[in-house]
Amino acid sequence: MSRRPFTPKVVTANLLREGDVVYLNAQGEWVGDLHDAELIEDETRAAERLALAEGQPGRVVGAYLTDMKAGRNGPEPVHFREGFRATGPSNYPHGKQAEA
Amino acid sequence: MYHYDDFDRAFVAERNTQFRAQVERRLDGSLTEDEFKPLRLMNGVYLQLHAYMLRVAIPYGTISAPQMRVLAELAERWDKGYGHFTTRQNIQYNWPKLVDIPDMLDRLGDVGMHAIQTSGNTIRNVTADHFAGAARDEIADPRPYAELLRQWSTDHPEFQFLPRKFKIAVTGAPNDRAVTRAHDIGLVLKERDGELGFEVLIGGGLGRTPMIGKTVRDFLPEADLLPYCEAIVSVYNRLGRRDNKYKARIKITVHETGIDEMRRQIEARFAELRPLFDGGDLEALDRIKAQFALPSFLNGPSEIDLSDPVLRSFVDTNVTPHKRDDHAIVTISLKAHGKTPGDASAEQMRVMADIAERYAYGELRISHEQNVILPHVRRSDLPVLHAALRAAGLGTANVGLASDIIACPGMDYCALATARSIPVAQQIATRIDEMGIEHDIGALKIKISGCINACGHHHVGHIGILGLDRAGVENYQVTLGGDGTERAAIGERAGPGFAYDEIVPAVERLILAYLDVREDAGETFLDAYRRLGPAPFKAALYPEEKRDAA
Repeated sequence: MSRRPFTPKVVTANLLREGDVVYLNAQGEWVGDLHDAELIEDETRAAERLALAEGQPGRVVGAYLTDMKAGRNGPEPVHFREGFRATGPSNYPHGKQAEA
Repeated sequence: MYHYDDFDRAFVAERNTQFRAQVERRLDGSLTEDEFKPLRLMNGVYLQLHAYMLRVAIPYGTISAPQMRVLAELAERWDKGYGHFTTRQNIQYNWPKLVDIPDMLDRLGDVGMHAIQTSGNTIRNVTADHFAGAARDEIADPRPYAELLRQWSTDHPEFQFLPRKFKIAVTGAPNDRAVTRAHDIGLVLKERDGELGFEVLIGGGLGRTPMIGKTVRDFLPEADLLPYCEAIVSVYNRLGRRDNKYKARIKITVHETGIDEMRRQIEARFAELRPLFDGGDLEALDRIKAQFALPSFLNGPSEIDLSDPVLRSFVDTNVTPHKRDDHAIVTISLKAHGKTPGDASAEQMRVMADIAERYAYGELRISHEQNVILPHVRRSDLPVLHAALRAAGLGTANVGLASDIIACPGMDYCALATARSIPVAQQIATRIDEMGIEHDIGALKIKISGCINACGHHHVGHIGILGLDRAGVENYQVTLGGDGTERAAIGERAGPGFAYDEIVPAVERLILAYLDVREDAGETFLDAYRRLGPAPFKAALYPEEKRDAA
């Protein structure tokens, strides 16, 4: 059986103290805006970046890799769940959409 | 209502101190997330989609005006100015910071509230009929038994790591408003030969494998309540599956073991446990009962002027007969058309607290249908009370109608969700309001869950909607004919699901079909479904299939 080809990803997590959704950027910093995240195109790099995130249990919680695609302003969600995480709930202007 | 004694206050304060230290140890790295997670869950703290979530227990849905004001204070000081009342009669805050939660819990402790066992594989908040103590059809107030169960189950050393979560509901009335048949244990108060007791049901539940509870005891004497419940949970703790979380609830244990064998084992365990209960539980029950004495009712007229059509409409839908003719039970709808079901702003919470103190002897209830109840209101106060509610945006006259929708938080907040439920509820309610036919439709329960875990009780909705993820797209399955009352039934799946932008028109077609086929205005949607079966409703849901078949 052939292996599924790697698809672009970002590393995301929640801040431990505040709970806010954050993304890992190319400099290894946690940023709140998905567009500033590093879009990882390589499987080896993805594993390294996830390991970097998981090595910061005092800063973030629940780090994982999630599929994204390249957009005009940076990474964009492939799945609607990540779309809600990147913007906020649809019933109130809360979350990241309020910070934009 | 129940007031904390010194023991309760000390217990909650000690627990809060313990949790504060656990949070500090997590933040300084002494605890890993794997170690911390079960501790935070036992204190009601989840990590959701956008933020942490704090679930606060409102035992059996009973709350005082000062407690409601503190819930408002939490919303303003540490959240985004509102709270979400849930189908477990609890309240959830969607945006707290972990570092603030110990302070929130301390503030709750000031007014005898906590978040203990609102999550985790423990016995959860015990729920009860939201009309308890006021309902005309009530045999006895179920809340003293619910409080006794709360005290027994809180920090019970044997039941802190059950195979899965465990939910108990109690009703004191034959008309089941507490969905007892969809609980791990359902307790239905009965009277036999002048003695109070319970019909005991086990193995009910919704979720991915919905089941209606089965009677394990026809009549359990009141005095045997705790040892018998302990026997049930003890047998479940031993037999319940720990190899597969999806098969770990007692409903699966009952299904796989059989109700007769479960009964045999429970009765055997009960025979062992009964002598160990030396009467302390019954003394506690007596003390608790004394705290649930009814208020000193003020007399008043039972007939009031209902010539104002707006007030009349409110009374028709939101007011239920009280056990006293000169009083009424008022349900405050948290389902204003187009708003989020179950949400109340801090300001609305304060208004409800003020109104409860002024017109309802200071008592409020939270219903599993995500509304707020004023259980004891003088009928002569209804006009002024209604005016005060309307001024605060709380006068919506839709209780029990199509827009009184139960909806879980869904994908807008919940990390487990597979689709949104809140905007679907908002759009259905808005559409029904636009059509102007809500009162003509009459009693109709629409319940929406954003995933298979069924927190929105869709299985027992007359119309149930289940949001799923189908290949990365939101998709909504419809079930029909569910019922959460004493005639409990699991809804039947109607057919293929609908896309997000198709589900509201589909519900509209269903409702219009019902109006078309009902015998008269007295035949409810559920009655019509039971009389006719699914065919006319499926034809409305899937008109293209009907056309193709022609």
